[in-house]
Amino acid sequence: MRLIRQVGEWLDARLQIGETVRETAEHPVPRDTASWFYVFGSAALVVFVLQVVTGILLALIYVPSAGEAWNSLQVLNHGIQLGWFIRALHGWGSNFMVAIVLLHMVQVFLFGAYKYPRELTWIVGVFLLLMTLGMAFTGQVLRFDQDAYWGLGIGASIASRVPVLGPAIVNIMLGGPIIAGATLSRFFAMHVFVVPGLLIVFVALHLLMVVKLGINDWPMPGRVVRKATYVQEYHELTKKDGVPFVPGAVWKDLCFSALILLAVAACAFYLGPFGPSGRPDPTIIQTAPRPDFFFLWLYAVLSLLPPSMETPVLLVGPAVVLLALLALPFVFGEGEKSWRRRPIAVLSILLIAVALGSFTHLAGFTPWSPMMDAWSADSIPPKFLQNRSALERQGALVFQGKQCRNCHALANIGGKRGPALDDVAVRRTQNQLVRQVIQGGGNMPAYGKNLSPAETTALVAFLETLRPAGQPTARDASRSVALEPEVGGRPLTQP
Amino acid sequence: MTAQEGLSRRELLMKMGIFFNGIVAAVLAVPIVRYILSPVAHERKQGFESWLPLGELNQFPAGQTRFATYRNPVVNPWDGKTADIACWVRNVDGQAFQVFAINCAHLGCPVRWFPQSNLFMCPCHGGAYYQDGSRASGPPERGLFQYHYKIEDGRLLIKAGEMPTPGQKTQSSLITLEPPRCV
Repeated sequence: MRLIRQVGEWLDARLQIGETVRETAEHPVPRDTASWFYVFGSAALVVFVLQVVTGILLALIYVPSAGEAWNSLQVLNHGIQLGWFIRALHGWGSNFMVAIVLLHMVQVFLFGAYKYPRELTWIVGVFLLLMTLGMAFTGQVLRFDQDAYWGLGIGASIASRVPVLGPAIVNIMLGGPIIAGATLSRFFAMHVFVVPGLLIVFVALHLLMVVKLGINDWPMPGRVVRKATYVQEYHELTKKDGVPFVPGAVWKDLCFSALILLAVAACAFYLGPFGPSGRPDPTIIQTAPRPDFFFLWLYAVLSLLPPSMETPVLLVGPAVVLLALLALPFVFGEGEKSWRRRPIAVLSILLIAVALGSFTHLAGFTPWSPMMDAWSADSIPPKFLQNRSALERQGALVFQGKQCRNCHALANIGGKRGPALDDVAVRRTQNQLVRQVIQGGGNMPAYGKNLSPAETTALVAFLETLRPAGQPTARDASRSVALEPEVGGRPLTQP
Repeated sequence: MTAQEGLSRRELLMKMGIFFNGIVAAVLAVPIVRYILSPVAHERKQGFESWLPLGELNQFPAGQTRFATYRNPVVNPWDGKTADIACWVRNVDGQAFQVFAINCAHLGCPVRWFPQSNLFMCPCHGGAYYQDGSRASGPPERGLFQYHYKIEDGRLLIKAGEMPTPGQKTQSSLITLEPPRCV
């Protein structure tokens, strides 16, 4: 024991940081901030450290070369003892980090912690969020599989829409004219050197400000932030009713961080690593690329936006969101902190959560994509074929053969791109069906050139049988009227 | 000379030092920026866009659309399979051809040809195209990208070398099928 103290004193006589560390650790914080709501920031930091450690471990084996990366991931998964577990820790750590950073941000927003004098802490935090998402995206690219390859294609296609500079940005992003070795190398440099380096600097700034400005006091309804008086009020609060951060508050951070690490490890152990999916060979096109979980909402948005809105939304949307986040502490730098007095803040969070949640949910079953194998894999249920005429059954063959099934479901089986056709005959008259099949429209391709008149006749005959038992087919009410020469003594058509 | 009268000797030397560092930084920045921008300056690279053979003409029967691949003209040994690029060849009538890029004109996913319905369909966001490459439905704003082609010694060649993306309106190797729509 005595030796340890002597070594410690020897070191501190030269380093001279013992006093600073002690002061930082024991600085008083308001008593009610020693709360389970204040543990997300430290947990994000702990998961970041986990990512650094597991990242270095993966770099011992991983080969950042377009030709070899996929093979080295296979070696990590299967050839190296517990390589799969380190990969799984890194992959799940990434998901947890994004989730915790988002939770931290929501908590900070709802507790009004971005208000004076912590505006810059919030702004640095916004950049930390961007970097965390940047790490998630570049990391997905390093898992160099089919999803990564086509994901890069999507990224390049979005970047190319920037006016004037688009093509140049694509070339710089890809490191050349196509997605190839140079692309992976530069994403490796971003993921391993550039973004983590920036992250470390920004995390240090973020922490420094938390210590210097003090942790945000628990928001009390009616305790209003005013620039003139806030700092003095805060110091009085910590003096009157403060506890030293260590050990008064830190034990909750420690417990929560350990719990999160345990959760990451449990997910990694029981659910395993992510992929890699198929080889990054662009000549294998039997693939349906999907982004990782935290970008699924974007995948849905890209599919659902009308074509004319897409480029403006893609280019202007992120800038607007970023500006709004950066402007927030300046526009609402004073006033009420408590969420009980900020209904719009609470509603905004709910709205964003519901929107992102709905988009993510939709991306889970991609109703906008044709089901590429429905026409050959899912047969027409027998109930649609029983007691049908030869022509109608011929139409069912056309229906299946021309791959209508890829976009239209029958009995809930098939694509969801177009409407389900179980009761189409109730909604459309025969003429409308013929017109829709031949001319398309409403986001349906025109099949006029792909169907012979006989095939069209058969197909429409089959479609007309698609209605609930006992319900008649739709009919054009105006037609029967128009056929009558007169209604109420007035001629309907002018001679 | 005192500080009150103007610049002290030490201040002058420090400012000169800063100025000198600024010049050195600017001199170093030139090669660094050029290095970073090197992927953009590809017009000087040999063979960036070249005529590449897709195969014998008899591989592409009249009236049909077939899958074909080529090796990108500029490759590094470590590019592996990523330098193998796919495309769709449509032999219109035995005389004229259309060669479509594999990348969807929406966001670049690989489109698949379905001869049964005569449609190209994209697995990502639901884009669909007719057999002549024009837009049929879904989010794409335009038809499929088309390569220039020529026939030499019974072989089909295309001019290729760059991944087509929706932002490139003037790329020399691609035919613009539809004029860009005014928004």
